[in-house]
Amino acid sequence: MSETRAKSLLKVDDIHVYYGSIHAIKGISFEVNEGEIVTLIGANGAGKSTTLNTVSGLLRPRSGLISFEGKSIVGIGASKVVGLGMALCPEGRRVFQQMTVRENLEMGGFSRPGEEIPQSLENVFTRFPRLKEREKQVAGTLSGGEQQMLAMGRALMSKPKLLMLDEPSMGLAPILVEQIFDIIKELHASGTTILLVEQNAQMALSVADRAYVLGTGKITISGPAEAVLADDRVRAAYLGG
Amino acid sequence: MVSFLRFLINGISLGSVYAIIALGYTMVYGIAKMLNFAHGDVIMVGAYIAFCAMQYLGLPPLVAVLAAMVFCTVLGMVIEGLAYRPLRQATKLAVLITAIGVSYLLQNTALLIWSSNPKVFPSVFNIGTIRLFDGNLVISSETILTIVANIVIMIALTLFTGRTKMGKAMRAVSEDRGAAELMGINVNRTISLTFAIGSALAAIAGVLLCSAYPTLQPTTGSMPGIKAFTAAVFGGIGSIPGAMIGGLLLGIIEILGKAYISTELGDALVFAVLIVVLLFKPAGLLGKPMREKV
Ligand SMILES: Nc1ncnc2c1ncn2[C@@H]1O[C@H](COP(=O)(O)OP(=O)(O)OP(=O)(O)O)[C@@H](O)[C@H]1O
Ligand SMILES: [Mg+2]
Repeated sequence: MSETRAKSLLKVDDIHVYYGSIHAIKGISFEVNEGEIVTLIGANGAGKSTTLNTVSGLLRPRSGLISFEGKSIVGIGASKVVGLGMALCPEGRRVFQQMTVRENLEMGGFSRPGEEIPQSLENVFTRFPRLKEREKQVAGTLSGGEQQMLAMGRALMSKPKLLMLDEPSMGLAPILVEQIFDIIKELHASGTTILLVEQNAQMALSVADRAYVLGTGKITISGPAEAVLADDRVRAAYLGG
Repeated sequence: MVSFLRFLINGISLGSVYAIIALGYTMVYGIAKMLNFAHGDVIMVGAYIAFCAMQYLGLPPLVAVLAAMVFCTVLGMVIEGLAYRPLRQATKLAVLITAIGVSYLLQNTALLIWSSNPKVFPSVFNIGTIRLFDGNLVISSETILTIVANIVIMIALTLFTGRTKMGKAMRAVSEDRGAAELMGINVNRTISLTFAIGSALAAIAGVLLCSAYPTLQPTTGSMPGIKAFTAAVFGGIGSIPGAMIGGLLLGIIEILGKAYISTELGDALVFAVLIVVLLFKPAGLLGKPMREKV
């Protein structure tokens, strides 16, 4: 983790995001370098999801810059962003409930050429054998853990260079949380850069290279994950003392 | 008995027209989450275009139908792009009022161009009749054509939404617009495509309707539009098979009600049935009850 792979993949510079008159993000800057796992932690309502939704193009910042691989992506819209190599696995999973597992995955590969899809499906099924077993099942009838795997598999179908995960462990039993984090480590090992938002700060910090702590719309602490994990303020606020 | 059969077949035929119109309502509602009240008037425009193509340009009926479909497809996309797209973030009420405005605009434009004098729609698809039960049961080729058209459209749409990439994208947009965008699906283009398909179907419905009831005037689309909308709600708005079943049931109820209960009350009966169904199944026959998102 100490070697300098400084190639910047995502750069966010002083973005401000509003919901109507609510100023939700008040000037956030951060960076994700190729090959890293970066985590964004913070209390409920701090603005973590808003940040990821803005980076992915679902929301538009009122001001500030967002660039991916050196090119500005502000205002191009979510449907174009994914084609550049950045996928968001959104909060609450948001799988297409009435579509089958396979159809959900196909939608994940919407931005890719059709001839790639069979191979990508194969890759996802190898990583998540459970999804292969349930290929024809309607996604709404999957268990919470299975839906999370589907949401991650769906995001992987677009072959992202940067995978953004918004609370992948939400609502899952501890054993499943372990599994999800194992998968995150595997994905990272196979070369995917990851931007991880988590409630579970302990787990997130244990897998991440670097971390940013968000407090109501602003970054309050940042640094290498071990340092953030050791920070007294973080311990007090997010790690139960 | 034979007369009952005749009413039933007429009901299925009328119901098939309702079903084809209802598909437009239900697809647009499912994907764009709006009630396109101008949809009924697109039917009328389609019928006029087909009428003009045959009457003034002397084109063969099939070409005339194709022309009407192309015209209505473009019209539907233009209406969506100019009137509804700017309101994507607006309240439902604003969109509904706009749709009513578009409906008036279409009717009044038709009034300017074609006047209020009814045109007699030529019976283009009358290529013969089938006589059964010693000639007591006469089924016209138009009736059969309407029923067949409905079945073909149903199968085509089911295949389209179930098998093709764009069709699946439509279902994805209808479930979760934001998530669909994250997949790389262009939501505006998907909604536009939905209007295109719905409007092309409206053109077909317009020609079929006017073949069976040949009086064509600027208000021709209103009542069938409202009934087809009722059919869509009846079957469960947003559901494609629901539109089919709702349309057929409505057509049958209307014709049988007019035949056996009262000619005047036929239409009222249709709406009474709707109310009863919604009392017991608020989401319609095949509609999915609203579920809380987890
Ligand atoms: N659609 C919205 N309309 C108005 N305000 C919103 C909307 N979405 C979020 N907010 C507000 O913006 C702030 C940041 O919300 P956000 O969802 O980004 O927080 P979060 O850090 O992801 O929280 P959590 O951990 O609970 O998911 C909150 O105060 C929230 O109330
Ligand atoms: Mg959140």
